[in-house]
Amino acid sequence: MPNDTTSNIPTSGTKSGRTAPPPTERIPVLKWIRENLVSSPLNTVVTIICVFGLIYTVPDFISWSLLDAVFNASSHEDCRAAAGACWAVVADKHRPMFFGVYPYEEHWRLLLGLIIYCGAVGLTMLPKCWSYKFLVPLWLFTLFSTLTLMWGGVLGLAEVDTSQWGGLPLTMVLFSGTIVVGFPLAILLALGRRSDMPAVKAVCVIFIESLRGVPLITILFVAVNVFPLFLPQGLEFDKLLRVMVGMAIFFACYQAEVIRGGLQAISRGQYEAAEALGLGYWQTMIRIILPQALRICLPGIVNHVIAAFKNTSLVLIIGLFDMLTATTSVMQDPEWRRFTLEAYICVGFVYFCFCYALSKYSQQVERWLGEGKRF
Amino acid sequence: MSASDKNQPTQGSIFYDQGFRSIVYQILLAVGLGYVGWALFSNVIENLDRQGIATGWSFLWTSSGFDIGESVIEYDAGDTYGRALLVGFLNTVRVAFLGIIFATILGVFMGVARVSRNWLLSTISSWFVEIGRNVPVVLHVIFWGTVIHLLPQPREAMVPFEGAFIMNRGFVMPFPVYDDAYPWVGLGLIVGIAGVVFLNKWAQAKRERTGQYIHTLWPGLGIFFGCPLVVWLAFGAPLVWDVPALKGFNFQGGLQLSPEFIALLVGITVYTASFIAEIVRSGIQSVPSGQVEAAGAVGLRQGFIMRYVVIPQALRVIVPPTASQYLSLTKNSSLGVLIGYPDLVNIGNTTLNQTGQAVEAITIMMLVYLGISIVISLFMNFYNRIVAIKER
Amino acid sequence: MTKSIKTFAALAIAGAVSMTSASVALAEDGPTLKAVKERGEVLCGVHQGRYGFAIADNQGKWKGLDVDFCRAVAAAVLGDSEKVKYIPLGSVQRFPALQSGEVDMLSRTTTVTLTRDSALGLNFGPPTFYTGTGFMVRKSIGATKVEDLAGAAVCVFPGSTTEKNIASLFAAKKLDYKPVVIESSKQLVGAYMSGRCDVLSMDQAGLPGHQQFDADNPADHVILPGVFSKEPLGVGVRAGDDQWFDIIKWVTHATFNAEEWGVTSANASDLKANSTDINVQRLLGAKGDLGQKLGLGNDWAYNVISQVGNYGEIYDRNWGPPLNLDRGVNNLWTNGGLMYGFPMK
Repeated sequence: MPNDTTSNIPTSGTKSGRTAPPPTERIPVLKWIRENLVSSPLNTVVTIICVFGLIYTVPDFISWSLLDAVFNASSHEDCRAAAGACWAVVADKHRPMFFGVYPYEEHWRLLLGLIIYCGAVGLTMLPKCWSYKFLVPLWLFTLFSTLTLMWGGVLGLAEVDTSQWGGLPLTMVLFSGTIVVGFPLAILLALGRRSDMPAVKAVCVIFIESLRGVPLITILFVAVNVFPLFLPQGLEFDKLLRVMVGMAIFFACYQAEVIRGGLQAISRGQYEAAEALGLGYWQTMIRIILPQALRICLPGIVNHVIAAFKNTSLVLIIGLFDMLTATTSVMQDPEWRRFTLEAYICVGFVYFCFCYALSKYSQQVERWLGEGKRF
Repeated sequence: MSASDKNQPTQGSIFYDQGFRSIVYQILLAVGLGYVGWALFSNVIENLDRQGIATGWSFLWTSSGFDIGESVIEYDAGDTYGRALLVGFLNTVRVAFLGIIFATILGVFMGVARVSRNWLLSTISSWFVEIGRNVPVVLHVIFWGTVIHLLPQPREAMVPFEGAFIMNRGFVMPFPVYDDAYPWVGLGLIVGIAGVVFLNKWAQAKRERTGQYIHTLWPGLGIFFGCPLVVWLAFGAPLVWDVPALKGFNFQGGLQLSPEFIALLVGITVYTASFIAEIVRSGIQSVPSGQVEAAGAVGLRQGFIMRYVVIPQALRVIVPPTASQYLSLTKNSSLGVLIGYPDLVNIGNTTLNQTGQAVEAITIMMLVYLGISIVISLFMNFYNRIVAIKER
Repeated sequence: MTKSIKTFAALAIAGAVSMTSASVALAEDGPTLKAVKERGEVLCGVHQGRYGFAIADNQGKWKGLDVDFCRAVAAAVLGDSEKVKYIPLGSVQRFPALQSGEVDMLSRTTTVTLTRDSALGLNFGPPTFYTGTGFMVRKSIGATKVEDLAGAAVCVFPGSTTEKNIASLFAAKKLDYKPVVIESSKQLVGAYMSGRCDVLSMDQAGLPGHQQFDADNPADHVILPGVFSKEPLGVGVRAGDDQWFDIIKWVTHATFNAEEWGVTSANASDLKANSTDINVQRLLGAKGDLGQKLGLGNDWAYNVISQVGNYGEIYDRNWGPPLNLDRGVNNLWTNGGLMYGFPMK
């Protein structure tokens, strides 16, 4: 209900027939409190409950996590003696947690690779940079430079096998592989599902619907246990590659539905105009339809990208050492075992930062679309 | 999307004809897929044969030899693998069913809280939702598993109320002992629900006919609680509590929820609830404010506006994504393998290890989950058709 | 514009192919031996962490009895016992990993059973360690025999023979129990140490290590006396590759025979040059061509003994101090144990 603040409209409620001036608070803080916290009896009750709840939990939490906490400890004895959280466990163990079993001296390569990678992602998020001429060379450069840094073997860098990749860089590798392989596949599946050819449509529908109905874990099991049986003897694929393909296929099935929604929103006039110009099917798609469709469904795409990032944590089950698995295995050290909770909170915080940033970006894109910004 | 008529005769050669080309492509696709499928299949057979791994489904009727920590039905180590997988399936259904209920309640509450005018409530709930959404579900489940491990031992268990105990072995509370009257009480409950539905329909028809508004809240509650109560009293009000008592290593008796079950349930519930909260929020905000203002202008009261104007329209936006969230929760219940909850994937994993038959075990798992997802999709399509806006 | 897209696409595909070709090993249609020689290292599946069998220290160096047998195979095949990649495997992952080719050999405290030997498509070498199922409980419980464990929560690995053993043991004694199964070794031990379960059950040889190194106070825990099953632990390989199976078998027998004939890592080179015992000469390659029959060089056993040691040295290195496990049946047959090296001629 709109707040009626004009005071000159006669109301019929008062006895003398004159209107009373509206209640205006001169102090903005009180006005804000009145409107947001105590505007109605129900609201007041809710406020009281919330305040009591906060008083009950927040001081305890602050004292556990900040005041009594141990941030830097020379050994676990200091942590055991303290009553608060033991953040020192992260200080002690952050290398294996975030970098896995990668050789200790080569961690600088991982850090450099991460910086390049995050820089590329950041640039990709700016609409100004959305042109093939810029993005394709950027990502090719990122791909080659990060893989070279991580793998080594050239330019005087020591070679590090994929089985030693772990922690946050492995999460990034899985994530990028999923997106890079899965996104073109998603586009193909979406186009196939909307195709006029019944065989193509049937194949795509069956593929998408059956893979969307199964948990990602079972697909990872297939990739690890069953996929090698499909290959002729002597041909073997790296486990990391198999897992990445499995996750990419899963990602593609969900993404195909989002893209299909975007394709449905393009009016027939666009197709007809492209035909009138004499463009073939693929030319129409690549140059006219897909750029528009992808822009429309961009928020949905980003949502699934966030989900793909979170899904990388599932490799805990099949033994690839991503950030979460590395933390779990590192925290079994009997001296620090009782502080596992603090380590998990830290890892959760890292995930939270990445996903929150991506979701804020998604909201920004929605806003741009709502304003009709052309990009 | 070929917009032009495929049936119009073309001037050029047949190779440029759309119809011809599409047929050729489809034949190529079918042949290609068929070849790849045959090649993969024969490779699998050859590899399994060469390594001497058993194939076939007969393992489902052989004795499993392992025990399962918790089960809805009777099971012991002498039972078959098939029964073990059934136990796993029922455990999945159990945690998924409860998860859906709790996640819906929590999610709706959080969603409504986020759009409330109370700044404190909306900020607190928005923080819950953000933390819930942006942390992977794997970490949620492991986090709660770790928290439960930190609870005290059975001998020093926490006591929230008389007879109930919280400890690192789980949660136990008193539970009524089964009596023959209880199925009849259940029947009474169903009769009560039917009665409430009929009452509401009658009241609505009367209101549309005569404009007279009949309060149905108290009569409805009376019927809902009264019918089963009457049945229960008729049987002599049987109620015997099975109170858990500490014997030896652990508590015996009462309702026992294992820590793995609780950790998995809480983890996936919190995660899914935060997504449902976002969906509810966007659903409520999708109802144009003009609707609410018009309803107010016509003179409808606040409760009426919510019930007859806002919620029906919001539900159309809320229900389809929520259905896919339910499906996602069911699939997330497969994470029981992380903390030792014997769900279908966990038992399937053990089975494929003990028998070596990876292909069969994984096929069973995938088919079961596909079945569940089809059921949920069908149900939601049915619901969508009911509430679809019937345009003029 | 289209041209540049095509060029970039071609470059990207070329890049992707070159990256994957590094990870796709297109070996010829040949046995495991060819693949190992081409790769230049042995892929060995080991336990995620069991003291005495396979444990990695903070620098990532592995040691243990199972680890030493991996090194022995590498020494025999490649001449260098360090050319091994250790792949830690959970109790459920281990067999699919071996079947799918992720590892060449499974030296991972795996009990040889009929089902595993026949239906799983695996072959097992001669047992390298004999043990049985054991139980560890907290002293405060006061249990001294299995009957005292009625109603307990028992931590056990999924997919292990222990899981089946305790099921039948408790059923036979009509005792109730609650299994807590977690695949990750460290999580399972952690669950026992944090009190989630009352009993930790695994191969008895694995328990002293966890008691000494993973418990807050080792004196709080006690291992129940007695063994409750037969657990012969052997190295597993895929079926269908007889040559590789023979190599594994005879490397194991070589270590038994070396101890029986007094060949140690210290005196191996001396004995190779100067021994007059025909057995030792054949073993170390001074006479005969045993190696060639296996598809290896003639100094295969010499490499094994000089770089890794004979069975006695392997045992003492891993089960001497601080674990101090008595050899018991893991001794040579001449000392009343079960380790019997087959004739090497």
